[in-house]
Amino acid sequence: MRIRQAFVLLLFASTVQAQTLRIGLAEDPDILDPTMARTFVGRIVFAGLCDKLFDLDEKLNVVPQLATSYEWSADNKSLTIKLRNDVTFHDGEKMDAQAVKFNLERHKNTPGSTRRGELAPVERVDVVDPLTVRLHLSAPFAPLLTVLTDRAGMMVSPKAAQAAGEKFGARPVCSGPFRFVERVAQDRIVLERFPGYWNKGEIHFDRIVYQPIVDSTVRLANLRSGQLDFIERLAGSDVAGLKSDSRFKIDRIVEIGYQGIYFNVGKGEPGSKSPVGRDARVREAFELALDRAALVKVAMDGEAQPGNQWVSPSNRYYAKNVPIPKRDVAKAKALLTAAGVPNPAVMLMAPTTSDAQRIAQVVQAMAKEAGFDIKIQSTEFASSLALADKGQYEAYVLAWSGRADPDGNLQIHLGCKAALNYSGYCNAEVDELINKARSTLDPAQRVKLYEQIAERVNRDRPIVFIFHRHWLWAHSAKLAGLRTVPDGLVRVQGLRMN
Amino acid sequence: MAKYLLQRLGLIVPTLFFVSILIFGLQQLLPGDPALALAGEERDEEVIRYLRQKFHLDEPVPVRYWYWASGVLKGDLGDSVRIQRPVLDLVVEKLPVTIQLAAMAMAIALVIGVTAGIMSAVKKDTWVDYAANVFSLWGLSMPNFWLGILLILVFAVRLGWLPASGYVSPFEDLKANLAAMIMPAFVLGNAFAAVLMRHTRSAMLQVLSSDYVRTARAKGLNESAVVLKHALRNALIPVITLGALGLGELLGGAVLTEQVFSIPGFGKLIVDAVFNRDYSVVQGVVLCTATAYLALNLLADLAYFLVNPRMRA
Repeated sequence: MRIRQAFVLLLFASTVQAQTLRIGLAEDPDILDPTMARTFVGRIVFAGLCDKLFDLDEKLNVVPQLATSYEWSADNKSLTIKLRNDVTFHDGEKMDAQAVKFNLERHKNTPGSTRRGELAPVERVDVVDPLTVRLHLSAPFAPLLTVLTDRAGMMVSPKAAQAAGEKFGARPVCSGPFRFVERVAQDRIVLERFPGYWNKGEIHFDRIVYQPIVDSTVRLANLRSGQLDFIERLAGSDVAGLKSDSRFKIDRIVEIGYQGIYFNVGKGEPGSKSPVGRDARVREAFELALDRAALVKVAMDGEAQPGNQWVSPSNRYYAKNVPIPKRDVAKAKALLTAAGVPNPAVMLMAPTTSDAQRIAQVVQAMAKEAGFDIKIQSTEFASSLALADKGQYEAYVLAWSGRADPDGNLQIHLGCKAALNYSGYCNAEVDELINKARSTLDPAQRVKLYEQIAERVNRDRPIVFIFHRHWLWAHSAKLAGLRTVPDGLVRVQGLRMN
Repeated sequence: MAKYLLQRLGLIVPTLFFVSILIFGLQQLLPGDPALALAGEERDEEVIRYLRQKFHLDEPVPVRYWYWASGVLKGDLGDSVRIQRPVLDLVVEKLPVTIQLAAMAMAIALVIGVTAGIMSAVKKDTWVDYAANVFSLWGLSMPNFWLGILLILVFAVRLGWLPASGYVSPFEDLKANLAAMIMPAFVLGNAFAAVLMRHTRSAMLQVLSSDYVRTARAKGLNESAVVLKHALRNALIPVITLGALGLGELLGGAVLTEQVFSIPGFGKLIVDAVFNRDYSVVQGVVLCTATAYLALNLLADLAYFLVNPRMRA
C-alpha cells in the first residue's frame, strides 16, 4: 500500500515538475517595461509576458499576433491595423483600439522611452472603431511593421500603467500567455499561466521561471543536472560535449545581427591620422587579409555564418552583387604598397569579452601576413563604447544584436550622424539610398536599393562585417515545439514537455 | 570599557563620512559615461539627455555628492537605473543572502581552520602538522571559481546530490536552502580556513612556548586544559582580528563564488552594477559594506575584552 502511495506521489510530483518550464538566461534582464526596456535578454522574458501587434515567423515574415490584418494607404503614409476581439490584459481590462493608441503614445511620449526613436515616423494614432487603429506617418516607413513585432508593438494595460507610473516595470501587466508573479533581481523572474489568454490552447506549462546564470559552464551544468529545461547562449566550445548526450538537444539559429570591425574614418583625430582610417585601399587590404571561414572556426568554434554585409547571406535582403571576398594576401600586399604603407600600424580596440578577444587575436594573426602591425587594445565594454562614441579609436571589434528589418542594421550605423555611427561615415549618396529603401514597401525594389548601397559601402568599407553568430540553444530532449525564429527569442506558444 | 566604546563609536561617524566621499569620488574615475551605458543599444539622444537630467549626471561632482549624501541621511540610497527599484530595497533583499553565505562560510572556516591550526601546533612536526600544512596550501592555492565549478560537476552533474546553483529562501524551504548554500559556503570557507589555520598555528606555537603555559603544565594541569583553557584564549586574539576582517570581506560580497553559484547576494549585485554603470547601486552597496566592516571591527575590539582579561583593566 505504502509503495503504491509513494508511486502515485512520485508520479504526481513529476507531473507538477513538468508543468514548470525553467529557462536559464545568460544575463539578468533590465526593467520589464516595454517602453523603457533596453536589453536583448529582457525581450526573451517579454516573449512569455507581453504579446505584440505582430510577430515574426522563422523566415522573418511579419505575421499578426494581437492584430488580425493591416493595410497601407495608397500614399503609404498611414497604416490601418485591425485588432483581435478576444484579448484581455492580465488585470481583466480589454485590449482594444483605445489601448493600442494609449500604448503607442506612451512609447512616444514617456520621458526616457527607448521606443521613441523606433516610432519617430508615427505622427498620430487614430481610433477608427473599437477594433481598428490608424497610424499616420510623416513619411512612408517600411520598417514600421517589424518595429511593431518587438517592444514597440507590445501592449500593456493602460489602467495598470497609469496607476503604477514609473514603477510599472516592477509589476508589468500585459496580455501575453503568462502573467507576472515575482522577480528577485539576479535570481529569478516567475510567470504563471494567464487563464484568460486568447490563444490558451497553445500553452502547455503552468509556470515559467527565468533564471539568469551568467557563467555558461554553470548554465550548462544546471541543464545537465536537470535543474533547468532550457538554456540560451550555449558556449560554442560546449556543443561537441553535449551532442553526444541523448538527453539533450541543441538548436542553432543564424542571428539577425552581425559581428564587425568598425574603422574610424571620419570621427576625429586617431582615425584621420591612421592609414586604416584615411585610405579605403588599406581597409580593403585589411578585409582581403581575413579568411572568414577560418576565423569562424578558430574564434567561434565554427558557430557562426561568415558574412560581409549587415544582413547574413541567407537573408532575403542580402545584396548578391557584393559576395564575400576570398582571402587574397598577395592582393592585400599590393594594395598596401600602392597606398604607400606596406606595414600599417593599427590599434584594434576589443571589448574584454572572450568572443571579442579571440576575434581580435585571430584577426591580428591573419592581417600580419599581409603586413599589418595590429596592436590589441583590450577595453572594458562600457568604456570601449564611450571611447568609440568620442571617436578615440582606430579600429573596433563590435557586435550588433540586429533588427529584423535590414534598415535597423544599416541606418543607425552608417547613416550620416546616426546615433551609432561610430565610424563617422557620411556618404550623401548612401544616405539618400538608405532613405529611399526605408520608404519603399515593395521587397523586390528594396533588394535592388540594398544592392546599390552594398556596392557603395563596400567601396568605402567603414565597417568590415565578418560573420553572423549562431544563437545556440540547449534543452531537454523532451521539450518540443520550439520555434527557431532568427531574432533569438524563445516563443512559449506551442512549447510542451513530452 | 564604556568610554572606550564611546570613543570608538565617535570615530565611526567621521570614518563613514570619509568613506562616502571616497566611494563617490572613486566612482567618478570609472571610464565611460553612465548615461551612454544605460541608454540601451540604440542610444537615443533624448534618452541620454533624460538619464543625465534624472540622475543629475550633468551637474558638478560636489553637487551630485550633496544630492546623494543628503538622500542617504534620510534613508534614501537612490534608485537603480537599470531595473528602476530603490537601492535600499535591493540591499534589504540581498543582505540576508549575503549574511547567510558569509556566516556559513565563516562557520566552516572556523571549524576547519581553527581545529587544524590547534592540532598542527600541538602536534608540531608530526604527520598531523604536515597534513594540516598541505591542506592549508591547497586551500590557499585553489582558485574559488575553479573549485566551485569542480564541485558543481561532481555533486550536481555527476552525483545529482545537490543543486548546481541558485538560491532558495530558508523560510520557503530550509532543506533546499541548505542544499543550495553548502557548496558556495564550502568554497568560500575553504579558502579562508587555510588562512585561519596558518594564523592559529603560529599564534598557538608562540603561546605554547610562553612561560605561563610552562607554569600551567608544571602545576600538573592536563594537556587539554592547558591547550584549550590557557593557550587558546590568548592565541585567539589575532584570529579574532582576522576573522572579523574576513567576515567583513565576505559581507562585501563574494564576487566570484556568487557568480559561479548564481547566488543573488551583494557580490553579484555590485558586479552587474559596475558593468552597467548603475552608480546608485554601487554607492549604496559599498556604503552598506563599509558600515558592516566598521561594525565588525568594533565587535572584534570588544571581543578582545572577553578573551583577554588583561585588556579590561
